[in-house]
Amino acid sequence: MTTATLTPTAGARPVADTLTMLRRNLLRAARYPGLTSFTVGIPIALLLLFVFVFGGAFGAGVAPGVAPGADGRAAYLDYITPAILLFAVVGAAQSVAITAAMDATSGIMARFKTMAISPASVLGGPVLGTVVQGLVAVLVVLALALALGFRPGAGPLDWLALAGFLTLVTFATSWLCVAMGLTAKSVETASNTPMMLTALPFLGSGFVPVETMPSAVRWFAEYQPFTPVIETTRALLAGTGPDASTTLLALGWSALIGVLGYVWARALYRRERR
Amino acid sequence: MPGTAPAIALRGLRKSFGDHTVLDGVDLVVQPGTITALLGPNGAGKTTTVGVLSTLLRPDGGSAHVAGHDVVTEPQAVRAAIGVTGQASAVDDLLTGAENLRLMTALHHLGRREGRERVEQLLDQLGLTDAAHKPVSTWSGGMRRKLDLAMTLVGHPAVVFLDEPTTGLDPRSRRTLWDEVRALVAGGTTILLTTQYLEEADRLADRVAVLDGGRIVAEGTPAELKSAHDAGSLDDVFLRLTEPSTGSGASTDRGTGTTTPTTSKEVAS
Repeated sequence: MTTATLTPTAGARPVADTLTMLRRNLLRAARYPGLTSFTVGIPIALLLLFVFVFGGAFGAGVAPGVAPGADGRAAYLDYITPAILLFAVVGAAQSVAITAAMDATSGIMARFKTMAISPASVLGGPVLGTVVQGLVAVLVVLALALALGFRPGAGPLDWLALAGFLTLVTFATSWLCVAMGLTAKSVETASNTPMMLTALPFLGSGFVPVETMPSAVRWFAEYQPFTPVIETTRALLAGTGPDASTTLLALGWSALIGVLGYVWARALYRRERR
Repeated sequence: MPGTAPAIALRGLRKSFGDHTVLDGVDLVVQPGTITALLGPNGAGKTTTVGVLSTLLRPDGGSAHVAGHDVVTEPQAVRAAIGVTGQASAVDDLLTGAENLRLMTALHHLGRREGRERVEQLLDQLGLTDAAHKPVSTWSGGMRRKLDLAMTLVGHPAVVFLDEPTTGLDPRSRRTLWDEVRALVAGGTTILLTTQYLEEADRLADRVAVLDGGRIVAEGTPAELKSAHDAGSLDDVFLRLTEPSTGSGASTDRGTGTTTPTTSKEVAS
């Protein structure tokens, strides 16, 4: 046979390669802060808009017995903070669709495919990078909510559970968004499909109780994945202990979205690009 | 020590996209430590051939071996032996040149110091040291091409594929790349390059293969091809071998069963 290659690439190293790709992803985020600040900026803008413009009136609607005005704003801040945190998560996940489309439409993903590296690292690195960015965005939004007067009742275990839960949700949503980004023909259209994910917190229990919706919308709101996710987040923040069936539903949805997203993304990655 | 196993061996390679046959039985052998230029009109299948050899595309029939490994059954072994510079820019625009190269050294699992030394060596080798710490998005096309090549070379690949490496480059940058390619081959690397520039093939290549209608229609040293076709330049050989009707990606080339192309004297002036 021919001489063996001298390079020490005896088999790909999934962990090392994924960490390298993660480092690249975070470096890109630092070099191109526009995308990152956009994903943090949207939930911040929503929080301010919904608390200071709509909150005074809406608060009286979500918390019985609360007077409109300052009390309403405070009640509404409590009510929507979980949904806004989910916006931070979804926003970060959306940005990974753009990253994936940029890599696929330039030649760099083709370069990675011709290298003896772990194939999973090429998409896994950006997904992990997105989880990091998503959690940072969650912390920023949470800090703002606290500054505005949000007073969660969560204990240390609740916070720990919340961190794990939101990590899982970001991870799962990111795999779905990576796949969506890989289906895009260009970078410009990469965020179109994931955009519909941003509508889901609105069509759920994020901003108003589902009981106030007409039956068809209510049916959708009760069964869509974001409602159990938001309700679990809400219960963990409040420290009231999440309802077991709601939590299981939220975990089930996250696992399903994550697995489907991963399988879809892997198939798209393996697909031949002419 | 050349002459053992071929660096690249294609036998009856076929590849179609839908009902459009691009490669229709390509046979090609490239010996280690040589440069082979793959010529052909637009749409002849040059990029598809490189795609199959670099494990990006799966062949429909025939076989393709690189450095002794089958591209279908041992893709990771092939990948460990090759370096690819494709037509699309394969650099990360948001990173600096040095960061792009460090990404490659990390993916080749070089240690921190070893990686840094390799990066500096490649930057120096290709004359990119001055711009190394500026984002690649601010670089000229020629410099990006050089970085692209440098990234390809990080792992000391035994076989390098260059798909139209000098397209769009000014004459000076083209010369620099040619020098680089010659130096690589002097060091024992095998190179398969596709090109539109026949002068490039003439100057660089040990052997030239002309691809047309999904098959190799001629193969030999530049001198052999010129004398066999009684031509003064590879331009003339090219024009005689490649029919204008099959030139612009016409997908009806399945019917042209003639293995010996008709030579129309009036084409070459």
